[in-house]
Amino acid sequence: MKIAYYPGCTLKADARHFEESAIESFRALGIELEELPRWNCCGTVFSFATDNVMYHLAPVRNLLRVREQGKDTVLTLCSMCFNTLKRANKLFNEDAEKRDKITGIMDNENLVYDGKTQVKHALELLRDEIGLQSLREKVGQGLKGVRLAPYYGCMLLRPDGLGIDDAENPTLFQDVLRALGAEAASYPFQGECCGAYQTVMQPEVVGERTYVLVDGARRSGADAIVVSCPLCAFNLDQRQGIAGRLHSDFDAMPVFYITECLHLALGLGFKEEWKRLHHVPVDAFLEKLHRSQNVAGAVKRQRSNIRE
Amino acid sequence: MQLKNEEISSALKQKIEDISGTNVMKCYQCGKCSAGCPMVDYMEILPHQILRLVQIGKWEEVAGANTPWICAACLTCSVRCPRGVKIAELIEAVRQIALRNRISGRRLEISKEEIENLPPIALISAFRKIIE
Amino acid sequence: MKGVPSRKIGVFVCHCGKNIAGIVDVKRVVAAVARLPYAAFVTDYKYMCSQPGQDMIRDKIKEEKLDAVIVAACTPNLHEATFRKAGAEAGLNPYCVEMANIREQCAWVHQGDKEAATRKAVEIISSMIQKAALDNPLSGDSIAITKRALVIGGGVAGIQAALDIADAGYEVVLVEREPSIGGHMAQLSETFPTLDCAQCILTPKMVAAGAHPRIRIMAWSEVREATGFVGNFKVKIERKASGVDWTKCTGCGICMEKCPTTVASEFDRGLGKRKAIYSPFPQAVPNKPVIDRQHCLHYTKNKCGICKKLCEVGAVDFDLNPEIVEEDVGAIIVATGYDLYPTERLGEYGAGKIPDAIDSLAFERLLSASGPTAGEIRRPSDGKIPETVVFVQCSGSRDPEKHKPYCSRICCMYTTKQAMLYKHSVHNGQAYIFYIDIRSGGKNYEEFVERAQSEGVVYIRGKVSRIFQNGDKVTVMGVDTLAARPVRIDADLVVLAMAMVSRSTTEELRKILKIITDANGFFTEAHPKMDPLGTTTRGIYLAGCGQAPRDVPDTVAQASGAAGKVIGLFSHDRLPLDPMIVCVDEELCAGCGLCVSVCPYDARELDVKRKKAIVKEALCKGCGACMVACPNSATIHRNFSKKQILKMIDAVI
Repeated sequence: MKIAYYPGCTLKADARHFEESAIESFRALGIELEELPRWNCCGTVFSFATDNVMYHLAPVRNLLRVREQGKDTVLTLCSMCFNTLKRANKLFNEDAEKRDKITGIMDNENLVYDGKTQVKHALELLRDEIGLQSLREKVGQGLKGVRLAPYYGCMLLRPDGLGIDDAENPTLFQDVLRALGAEAASYPFQGECCGAYQTVMQPEVVGERTYVLVDGARRSGADAIVVSCPLCAFNLDQRQGIAGRLHSDFDAMPVFYITECLHLALGLGFKEEWKRLHHVPVDAFLEKLHRSQNVAGAVKRQRSNIRE
Repeated sequence: MQLKNEEISSALKQKIEDISGTNVMKCYQCGKCSAGCPMVDYMEILPHQILRLVQIGKWEEVAGANTPWICAACLTCSVRCPRGVKIAELIEAVRQIALRNRISGRRLEISKEEIENLPPIALISAFRKIIE
Repeated sequence: MKGVPSRKIGVFVCHCGKNIAGIVDVKRVVAAVARLPYAAFVTDYKYMCSQPGQDMIRDKIKEEKLDAVIVAACTPNLHEATFRKAGAEAGLNPYCVEMANIREQCAWVHQGDKEAATRKAVEIISSMIQKAALDNPLSGDSIAITKRALVIGGGVAGIQAALDIADAGYEVVLVEREPSIGGHMAQLSETFPTLDCAQCILTPKMVAAGAHPRIRIMAWSEVREATGFVGNFKVKIERKASGVDWTKCTGCGICMEKCPTTVASEFDRGLGKRKAIYSPFPQAVPNKPVIDRQHCLHYTKNKCGICKKLCEVGAVDFDLNPEIVEEDVGAIIVATGYDLYPTERLGEYGAGKIPDAIDSLAFERLLSASGPTAGEIRRPSDGKIPETVVFVQCSGSRDPEKHKPYCSRICCMYTTKQAMLYKHSVHNGQAYIFYIDIRSGGKNYEEFVERAQSEGVVYIRGKVSRIFQNGDKVTVMGVDTLAARPVRIDADLVVLAMAMVSRSTTEELRKILKIITDANGFFTEAHPKMDPLGTTTRGIYLAGCGQAPRDVPDTVAQASGAAGKVIGLFSHDRLPLDPMIVCVDEELCAGCGLCVSVCPYDARELDVKRKKAIVKEALCKGCGACMVACPNSATIHRNFSKKQILKMIDAVI
């Protein structure tokens, strides 16, 4: 099966391993991610101002690109892209006045957007198109032996009705991680914002947030944190340096993208160049994972991948 | 402080309500927004206090606080408000008015290395939300 | 119905001070009306409803030999009864007295255009003249009343109402769905503001109700059907299958002692246990057990039967079937009470999954000396005594966005009480109460709050955003809006003051009784200010929290009020019926039954033998729907016939 795929800017840059692991994993599962031939930055954040029509053009144009391909569903990996595209779509469909304005401004396009694109997040795709039971069977050993703490962040769960799960007690991420064979932890801060864009001007503030969130994951007994957003990844991974500086009792913990975990679970290994894109080293975790694998074939495959 | 009728029914307050699409007078100051805000420890004035100041027309104090510029727009406040007041949207409206009128905002004063280190998603979202 | 061409109508135009006369030119109206046919005497006066005004009506009826009267004044809702009475006192049939509303429907709504208002007033009066010209003198029938009451719900409201009605000399059937009466009050430890032990003040009333010669308690029963009308209700009550023959049972309790099956007790809110054969609490009235078929080994696995073996009087009978009892009653009081909003609905407060975050009724059971921990306050998770207890008010209340929009009225007071009782029990313990406002409007309530504060309960103004399990503590994320700081407390125990909601059985009962509920699921009163105990159905009254959240003093007072209404009803020998309803011209009636299908009050019926439609006069409210539906014009509304209505319309066009 093929699905239209919207990468978003950061997946081509700092988070290219997010994309690479996604494309290869989904391919192994029988889904071909077809990048939209033409797309622009979605804007990263949805503007809450009711009079700011221009801010909605960027996401709506991308939704139009999907329709131009004759498709009605688009996959995003990044939580912020997911949130912005989905909210812009909802606004377009529900606010007739803004819809007319936006369509009018976009009159240089060849097609008029009809509002019919559906925005899907990778976790939803795994649940709906692959099926968690089926995923469990496909991964076999998968990530058995490690305990992972998913970090939802804020953009996957809010506002109500738009998120992938209930904002207060979500379980989808844990369900997916369990389907990959890992133990999945829940902890109180899994849905609390990391500070997002404050990392630009207030890195110390974000460092404090990182301390709280990573420490919370550690207390849940996790070996690693799993995220689905490059900003969450940056804040939770890179900013651990500041967290450690501010708190002497801070223990670092590696941060993975969900698709890196998927890649590993499917026995596709972990690429050397990906390690360079991680801030907190991942070797200890990968070692623990290997030690727990006891199916000869899977272990062999993983070892040969690591040596590449 | 002196409360003034013209501040309480000012055009500026109306503008804040229009841009945010919410009725600030519905807020009954329960504080749930402040209680759940992940960034509250770094704010000079708490979110519910910002709403209070907007309610009684004290724009100067609102514009001078760091609160709107520390907000991460995570929506936790709006999602939990018992009266359905859109607090995050209101804080955004305060930011927008400040930015559009060049009253305040954050200036981008970081080193070249920092900029190169940051992923595009961080820079773009910061530009669109808080940087003047 | 005959037209009465020689009718002499008196028209009295009221000034109502400036209310009418300030806009309508009353003198002009009098002059114009005097020229109309049938107008035998026309005058105006400042206040027709006053004593001199009414005297004038009576005098002029006699002097001018009037046979119909129109008072052009305010709305008939206010003074129709006044003027009908005046007319009757002068010997005129009250149904030949009409009101023309030239205030609410004219002067008050056309204040900007006096000329048009004056013209409209004349038109309104003119149309009423056309109606009055064809009015017939009417006299109403009356019906017999069954002087027995049904009280649905055996909580403190139901018990009080039953006692008052029975003490007045009438029989009462008190239906309660649990095995015992007592309701939620029986679960409480102590009550505010006196700190009386709840069971100590309630059980005397329970016992009195149980022993009263005129009260028949039907516990473990539910109302299934109700038909009829005021004074003449027929109800079917189901006595549910209990497995125990209460006519034989002595309440010795050996069956409960020896039963091998233990399950979570509903009375203890899941914190304590009961047996499969059980009575909910020791002071139960009636003090007889029922068998829980979902858990009893006999019913689930066809084993055991110890209770039957041990019962010395042979009261255990596994094959006892449910029984339907039919009762005739003249009035019904609905006193079904409340439930608490479930903690599962509050996602940010743990969605009911945190063992040490319990609701207020569960905490009452911990406080209660006869509770699952014998009055020692112990955490559900590990049985330890909590040193830090956080009380969260407004859990689910005052939340129009996602939960209940209203204030549940009693939580501020009972939380204060619970915090105080906790501190009396755990001397070094700290109680925190998160509140938005403190509502303490009752007698001695504010003083009670002051006492709690001086005893060291810490009140924090701010709504809790979230609570979560944190190791063996429960972390509360709140805010102190007064100190303007976010606040975090690691509590040993959290008590959630959950919103009061209407019972889950309300929807079904509403349909059975055909009364209405509001958007929040509470029973709707006849008028929120002037008739808070009645419903839209005559003869059915409300008492207690089924109507709205309230505390015990108000509930008891309301229950007595509802009982008073019933006693007032029963003080008549017969009930007069309003004659201004519909009747059937049987010559024209074809028996098609359309009237039956359109009647919203079940007041029309087809006599299948004679193939004629009849009117159940006690139920008919005179809405006129059947008159419109009848294809043969066989249904006639007395003094509101089609002919009259058409003539009224002609007069204004």
